[in-house]
Amino acid sequence: MKGMTRYSIFSLVRNAIGYHEGWPRAWRSPEPRETYDVIVIGGGGHGLATAYYLAKEHGITNVAVLEKSWLGGGNTGRNTTIVRSNYLWDESAALYEKSLQLFEGMTPDINFNIMLSQRGVINLAHNLHDLRELTRRVGAIRLNGIDSEVLNTQQVKAMVPILNCQPDARYPVLGASLQRRAGVARHDAIAWGLARAADARGVDIIQNCEVTGILRDGGRVTGVETTRGTIRAPKVGIVVAGHTSVLAAMAGIRLPIQSHPLQAMVSEPVKPVIDTVVMSGAVHVYVSQSDRGELLLGAGIDGFNSYAPRGSLPVIEQQMAACLELFPIFSRLRVMRTWGGIVDVCPDASPIIGKTPVEGLYINGGWGTGGFKATPGSGWVFAHTMAQDRPHPLNEPFALERFTTGALIDEHGAAAVAH
Amino acid sequence: MLLISCPWCGARDETEFSCGGEAHIARPADPNALSDAEWADYLFMRKNTRGPYLERWVHTAGCRRWFNVARDTVTNEITAVYKMGAKPPRARAKASRRKR
Amino acid sequence: MAQSHRLSDGGRIDREQPLGFTFNGKSYQGYAGDTLASALLANGVMLVGRSFKYHRPRGILSAGVEETNAPVQLETGPRTEPNLPATEIELYDGLSAASVNCWPSVEIDAMEVNDLLSRLMPAAFYYKTFMWPARFWMSYEKAIRQAAGLGTTPVHRDPDRYDKMHLHCDVLVAGGGPAGLAAALAAGRTGARVVIAEQQAEFGGALLGERDEIDGAPAIEWVAAALAELAAMPEVRLLPRTTVFGYYDHNFVALLEHRGDTVGTRKRLWKVRVKQTVLATGAIERPLVFADNDRPGIMLAGAARTYANRFAVTPGRRAVIFTNNDDAYRTALDLKAAGVEVACVVDLRGDPDGDLPDRADAQGIEVLGGWAVTAVHGRKRVNAVEVMALDASGEAVDGEPRRIDCDLVCVSGGWNPTLHLFSQSGGRARFDAARSLFVPGDSMQAECSVGAANGTFGLASCLTEGHEAGAAAAAGAGRRRSQKRISVPRVAETVEGAWRNLWVVPGKHPVGRRAKHFVDLHNDVTAADIQLSAREGYESVEHTKRYTTLGMGPDQGKTSNIAGLAILARERGADIPDVGTTTFRPPYTPVTFGALAGRDIGPLADPVRRTPMHHWHERAGAVFEDVGQWKRPRYYHRPSETMGDAVDRECLAARNSVAILDASTLGKIDIQGPDAAELLNRVYTNAWDALAVDRCRYGLMLGEDGMVMDDGVTARLGENRYLMTTTTGNAARVMGWLEEWLQTEWPELKVHLTSVTEQWATVTLSGPHARRLLGAFTTDIDLDAKAFPFMSLRQGTVAGIPARVFRISFTGESSFEINVPAGYGLALWTALMGAGEKYGITPYGTEAMHVLRAEKGFIIVGQETDGTVTPVDLGMDWVLSKKKDFIGKRSLDRADCQRLDRKQLVGLLTEDPNSVLPEGAQIVSELRDKPPMPMIGHVTSSYFSANLGRSIALALVKDGRARQGQTVHVPLDDRTPRAVIADPAFYDPEGDRLHG
Repeated sequence: MKGMTRYSIFSLVRNAIGYHEGWPRAWRSPEPRETYDVIVIGGGGHGLATAYYLAKEHGITNVAVLEKSWLGGGNTGRNTTIVRSNYLWDESAALYEKSLQLFEGMTPDINFNIMLSQRGVINLAHNLHDLRELTRRVGAIRLNGIDSEVLNTQQVKAMVPILNCQPDARYPVLGASLQRRAGVARHDAIAWGLARAADARGVDIIQNCEVTGILRDGGRVTGVETTRGTIRAPKVGIVVAGHTSVLAAMAGIRLPIQSHPLQAMVSEPVKPVIDTVVMSGAVHVYVSQSDRGELLLGAGIDGFNSYAPRGSLPVIEQQMAACLELFPIFSRLRVMRTWGGIVDVCPDASPIIGKTPVEGLYINGGWGTGGFKATPGSGWVFAHTMAQDRPHPLNEPFALERFTTGALIDEHGAAAVAH
Repeated sequence: MLLISCPWCGARDETEFSCGGEAHIARPADPNALSDAEWADYLFMRKNTRGPYLERWVHTAGCRRWFNVARDTVTNEITAVYKMGAKPPRARAKASRRKR
Repeated sequence: MAQSHRLSDGGRIDREQPLGFTFNGKSYQGYAGDTLASALLANGVMLVGRSFKYHRPRGILSAGVEETNAPVQLETGPRTEPNLPATEIELYDGLSAASVNCWPSVEIDAMEVNDLLSRLMPAAFYYKTFMWPARFWMSYEKAIRQAAGLGTTPVHRDPDRYDKMHLHCDVLVAGGGPAGLAAALAAGRTGARVVIAEQQAEFGGALLGERDEIDGAPAIEWVAAALAELAAMPEVRLLPRTTVFGYYDHNFVALLEHRGDTVGTRKRLWKVRVKQTVLATGAIERPLVFADNDRPGIMLAGAARTYANRFAVTPGRRAVIFTNNDDAYRTALDLKAAGVEVACVVDLRGDPDGDLPDRADAQGIEVLGGWAVTAVHGRKRVNAVEVMALDASGEAVDGEPRRIDCDLVCVSGGWNPTLHLFSQSGGRARFDAARSLFVPGDSMQAECSVGAANGTFGLASCLTEGHEAGAAAAAGAGRRRSQKRISVPRVAETVEGAWRNLWVVPGKHPVGRRAKHFVDLHNDVTAADIQLSAREGYESVEHTKRYTTLGMGPDQGKTSNIAGLAILARERGADIPDVGTTTFRPPYTPVTFGALAGRDIGPLADPVRRTPMHHWHERAGAVFEDVGQWKRPRYYHRPSETMGDAVDRECLAARNSVAILDASTLGKIDIQGPDAAELLNRVYTNAWDALAVDRCRYGLMLGEDGMVMDDGVTARLGENRYLMTTTTGNAARVMGWLEEWLQTEWPELKVHLTSVTEQWATVTLSGPHARRLLGAFTTDIDLDAKAFPFMSLRQGTVAGIPARVFRISFTGESSFEINVPAGYGLALWTALMGAGEKYGITPYGTEAMHVLRAEKGFIIVGQETDGTVTPVDLGMDWVLSKKKDFIGKRSLDRADCQRLDRKQLVGLLTEDPNSVLPEGAQIVSELRDKPPMPMIGHVTSSYFSANLGRSIALALVKDGRARQGQTVHVPLDDRTPRAVIADPAFYDPEGDRLHG
């Protein structure tokens, strides 16, 4: 990559001698040009990954990433940093596994430590129905060639000794699935690292540039109106988690997406107390401990549409009650910060990645509560889709048309068993 | 936490209610007359407006009645509450005065 | 032990109440009214902690919630609590606390080596290294994790309780300082319902630590009078030790009250819906950013005089005051009055000339105007500072340094209004360029800021502003103004000069070389770190925060955010407001997990529902299964039996004698009205017009997407009355679903719905002896198969209890479902059990029920379906009406639903009849050596059937019906059983036994 100062222990030592006054900018801050080959709307992880892979895999470097605020400031910087590929349906498993594999090679690839920590993700089963679904899921994942295993209660207890595994718990732990290759990665580092690597390949990353309109000539896109003027391009990709409907509406496209607030919180930092990531979908508890020592907890979505990146207190109260039922020893710890993001939710909890009825306009959105883990995979297939003007086989099933044909990829899983 | 005025019970906390999404989407009279695309539009496509939005709520933990709400999805300001079957307030879904 | 730094008189501590405590294992004494911090200072203990990253020695910085340096582990055992700032802990007798994040001790900390290596560890260094070899990251990370974190998590369950309180009020006043008290008084006098919350144990705010006068008397007397008046007002609630921590939509405000460990409830979460909020949250003093400004003994100037005035503690013997404003001169004067030697005031301003510098001058305190502290000596405790004169620009120092011995440096960089709650309410801070501080901008909710929180620092103006705001808030909440003329108390206003904002104090060496200039003391973020982030292009303040971790610690940047912003702006050559403000997120101060959960833990985490016969099941050895919130017997365990044995026994009884099931959990909806049948027509896939009174029909309910949602039997009880049964787990959902359609789409239908699930107990008798057993209990129902055919119902009495008896069956046997009012459920059950003994009556649980229905190929919604299965997939085309529309019908015509290779419900028979497939197991048609292997479906249900003497399974398999007779493979961990695809009806496919 031209013009990129390599980061390493040697460069660190070298710069230490110079009191770190010699570090160059990680990425440029260019003025937008009048035209580009490709415009990517949205400077989050997915948008930056799209730009990076356009340059790296397809040689398309005359690319602008337009970010309305600061890059990585949307859901990229607000999620609970979990990466995993333990999805039920073949289509999802393939896409998320691609992403996990890209994560596995990302640190050397972009020469930026994304702190991928494959400390394992445990999904708990609290009733017989959960156990049955877990068996189904683990079997499917394994036959798709992805690592996954079933744990019994004792094995869960051994891995997470602080988990309440008492048989009389309100949410007893009957078992769990474990994906050892799953874990967490540093969200900001992914955005910054991709921005730096894309920039080094010639991509213009333009912050504080909000798209206010999508220009069309007949049935095809010609560019965008922005707060920094008109920018033209024959191909435009919308990658704006949370606001996909708003951008699509500028091009007259209706989507099956609802935007909801999603909250998360961290505790004060404490000494290591939990090594793996523990998730309980049934009670909406997602717990991990950051390298700084904070417990990072995710909640369920707030129940109504909103573009206000903040949520309601009751959601946090509910999540905390469930968390303490699973981890009683957390009771005296303290929440240091809560925050919210806006997530796009599709009816089948799967994303939309592909072409739109407007020629040259592409959409990548609807990732719901789980977009972070897909960051590189999403960018990789979307770059392919935009470069080739046709989807990669990995994202073909995630086309908008599925809502017309009915070929949904329903990752909600079964509702509660109902006998 | 929102404060929602149920038309039957008065102002109550958000936790007593459930949101049913976009309002005024009528079920097609003759679904068989629709194309797949038209049916998909009814089934899945939503405005998901950023700003004044008309939506349905139900007082789940109260009178269990459904009603409509005009709410700004950016400020969460509720500008109108009206019963099922009533026409949406035209001017009441006024532009939001608050941006974040 | 003597309190070496305690004054002999004054202060708000009670010398009559000495309190013993230990810190880091050593015993000390303090007094009632102390905080842990003041008690430590009274004993001359300044070094209390180690910093997060470099493990530098740290002393007490503040006297309040903004403390960055003194997190301690309070107590040990079940009541231990990590990371509490010593400044927030009220001293009590026997208190025990220890420093965190240091080993082996706070005096000698091995990790201090980080400070020596700090040049290799600039901000965000970890993104640039630890990359080779890539797979070693987790080893590096392990070491990093061990080093990170502060205190430790308790190892025991929390012995304490937490409660939640709900409140509505006219006026909430956040903050009990002068402005807040004035506001509460003004509002309270109108008769308004007022809540005033103060985070400290005592009301008074800054006045507690100042020597101000109001109305010619010590200000604290005014505070006492105000409190007495407020306490006498019936509609006013005073909440001490209560922090307003969150401001949410629609003026919903959250408070956390700390009540102490000795009362019943340790903390209370107050959830308050407020008409008008007055934010009197005060201001937080800015530290100055200068070389080695983190050494123990460097303290905020306001805090130093608070310790002297309020706690009668002298935090040092010889002090240097380092300031950019007049306010810190109060510290000089108060410390001097308390007997502390004030070496000098180092003032960044060239010519300080306000009232306070004049007074200091008159007291003979040396003032170095236009000077700066450029170096600090002493690692574990300041022992001297070097000061130098600033040049004209203020960008550099010149001349010779002068060394001043001291053990205390009181710093003040001015004050930042506490805007957290204002910001959370949706307001945007406005930058007051003239004073270089952020003040509240336009209100977005019904709130207003007063006093220091509004950038109003003079006491007289605070009182006036508080008064006016309190009255206005009461009026805004609909209260009439008080008729009484109220005079605002008189205060002699002091004239204060402007501040001089030098965001980084220049020194002998450039920033980043030699000394460290800390901005965020908690997270060890220096001015050089912020400059580095700007240099590298992390220009947004949010980038800077994340890149450097500025403001991300437990203090959430209370003393560092604004300075960080200013340094970033300077580095970028931009104005401060152009760099942005940071968003303040809840909570204002950390909130205990337990308080957020309240009582919703343990048995109250989620309601548990039990049937009227639950305790009988318990006594009979039932092993329960959770189905939704219900507890259902899964099987009845007998000694020496395995679960398999028990289920076999129960299944055999149902087919060979008689078995009894508690089916009370099934959802039941009473549907009444002339349009009831029409409602059923629309929500069920089949037609309901022709169903006669006293007859039953099976119904399948779809979502509008065509996927199976629920099923159950509905009976016609009368001309316009039906009873719908739903699955246990979906009862509430179906009820809500029907109501939604009725109210929103079909208001013209004259139908009313009532959930009667818990009104009825349901007992199912199944098996060849069921009729004879039931016959002994009823005289008014003719049980003869012809008189009471399958799929019909009768009303009468059973065992003298009014009952509805349904001839429906989920087992495939001749069965009777007896519904009696719930209160009679146990009586009926025990009567049937008693009389059934001679038939070998056997209670059976959900597991046997599952086996029996699977033998018949009957589905369970949620087990054979998962939200992606249509009735056609299940082979249930027979239940789809072609003549009428129903919810979901149109969706079945979509291309994907018409696909021929959809997964279809089939039976599976393992080649080895004793091999039971795991439920959920995946199925392949062609076996490969290793994954990936294309899957064609999965096992939905699988059991050993004692009645058939072999294992059976149901499965969803791609194009399954066309594969009948084919052999498929089920790859498992340890084996790969083979199975043949079969018809799902394994037992009595003709249904003769049902009708018998």
